[in-house]
Amino acid sequence: MKTISEKILSAKSGRDARAGDIVVCRVDWVLATDASSPMAIDYFNRMGGERLFDPSRVLLAMDHYSPPTIPRTAGFHDQMRTFARGRGADLHDVGDGISFQILSESGAALPGDLVIGADSHTVTCGALNLFATGVGSSDVAAAMITGRTWLKVPESIKIVLTGTRRPRVSAKDVALALVADIGADGASYQALEFHGPALPGLSLEDRLVICNMAVEMDAKASIFPVDGQTEAYLAGRAKRPFSPIEADASAAYSRDVAIDLSSLTPRIALPHAPDNVVPIERAVGTPIHMVFIGTCTGGRVPDIHEAIAVLEAGGGRIAPGVQLVVTPASREVQLRLLEDGSLRALAAMGAVITTPGCGACCGTSGAIPADGMNVLSTANRNFKARMGNANAAIYLASPAACAAAALTGRITDPR
Amino acid sequence: MSAMDLHGRARVFGDNINTDYIIASTRKRETLDESVLKRYLMEAVDPAFAATVRPGDLLVAGRNFGCGSAMEIAATVILAAGIRAVLARTFARTFYRNAINNGLLPIECDTSAIREGDPLRIAFAADGMEVTDERTGERAAGRAVPPIMLAILEAGGLVPYIRRHGGIR
Repeated sequence: MKTISEKILSAKSGRDARAGDIVVCRVDWVLATDASSPMAIDYFNRMGGERLFDPSRVLLAMDHYSPPTIPRTAGFHDQMRTFARGRGADLHDVGDGISFQILSESGAALPGDLVIGADSHTVTCGALNLFATGVGSSDVAAAMITGRTWLKVPESIKIVLTGTRRPRVSAKDVALALVADIGADGASYQALEFHGPALPGLSLEDRLVICNMAVEMDAKASIFPVDGQTEAYLAGRAKRPFSPIEADASAAYSRDVAIDLSSLTPRIALPHAPDNVVPIERAVGTPIHMVFIGTCTGGRVPDIHEAIAVLEAGGGRIAPGVQLVVTPASREVQLRLLEDGSLRALAAMGAVITTPGCGACCGTSGAIPADGMNVLSTANRNFKARMGNANAAIYLASPAACAAAALTGRITDPR
Repeated sequence: MSAMDLHGRARVFGDNINTDYIIASTRKRETLDESVLKRYLMEAVDPAFAATVRPGDLLVAGRNFGCGSAMEIAATVILAAGIRAVLARTFARTFYRNAINNGLLPIECDTSAIREGDPLRIAFAADGMEVTDERTGERAAGRAVPPIMLAILEAGGLVPYIRRHGGIR
């Protein structure tokens, strides 16, 4: 009787893998970014690496320094291009987007797969019913050479979602509520596994948002089952047939966490920790100087649409003194938003539209807040100095709440 | 006393020290040279720390040390500062893995009674580690490291491990 994690890691290790076991697994996809590739390439060389185990399964993306703002980061990119060109890796240059977002759009990573990425938010891909986990550059280098990694099979927390969300309550609010409930290390060495009657009401993009923030609870992976939403997303994308991985009815879980979405209200994480979450009413009125809509949490098409709906309903005028920065998570997202007029609408309102990728999230490219500024962001982390200035304060909320603040210049309940 | 035993001064931090606090993403954008980056170690939480750290010091923290980004430079900058072990109530899993892969010893133990500057001794035994606070005489057992991690640590990190074994075993 197994959880989804135990089933995937059994298949990938060829053993009867149970929570607590340490197994050596065949990996399907290995990811690295421009923030982690330079060290990965160094480890690769020091390990004596020559060829990649399978170049088509190694995805390198230039997302953290996109575009480069100093010669050093431009140099990191050149190093990646040289490394990938010589070995045939799947290289994504500046503007293609965030590594695991590219993978989740590709139709190559499918239910049952094992993904490791030198980016902690690799867990996002678990929305596709696969086991995806973040590692460092050295583990990625070893996997690039051997096609293998060792993993401790995690226990799983069963997250049971019930009820229907009320209007203007986002997947981000579900994620923030979970982080608050479980805590910054409450899922350490464990996987989250999602269940419950509310799942059909969560789109694949909603699931990517929820899985993304699992690492803010220190979860090792975060996995949804396959249903109609998964099939709808993968229709026309999936590059091969796939079989859903289901948990056995009597699988053992470390604990159950239930969330009734019908009673959930908009949330906000106050500075400087993602689990410092309160109902948004408690922060209403706080001045906001910069609004950031983007990243691997809040930079997909439905996120931007959600923000535009709130902006347009409120008259479409950004409050004086507020800078609105919008960063699509990938080129696919950018193209769809160009085609449907969303980016035009945002630009006409005065938004700054930046290159697809991580954007302003970790202060490495894009807009940096000034001293004393308060930022409201759709991102996943609000650590002090995260956006490149220790004298700015970062709040995290849904795209709807971010849009509402852009209209008023203050934290505002989006309902 | 084995060759791996450590003795050093405790440098104490609190809970949830994330990797951006260990070394800021904006600093590692400028360079990946740990001998430069060590000047900014723990900058966001204690700007004076880097100037006072001495080789042989031991980092001590509460829960969830190394949470946030999986950036491996957070482990290698600590090593570059001459720190060979981090003691914490718990570690974030990516930091724990990165530490082992680079030969930095992560010791999961009760750190609640350790104060800044306490002289600590870490002794290795077959079944785990023992941390002694020489100021108070209190002892804490470090949680055992899984065998594969011990093999990587004993090899001196993942690079020598892969070179020796040609793969992951």
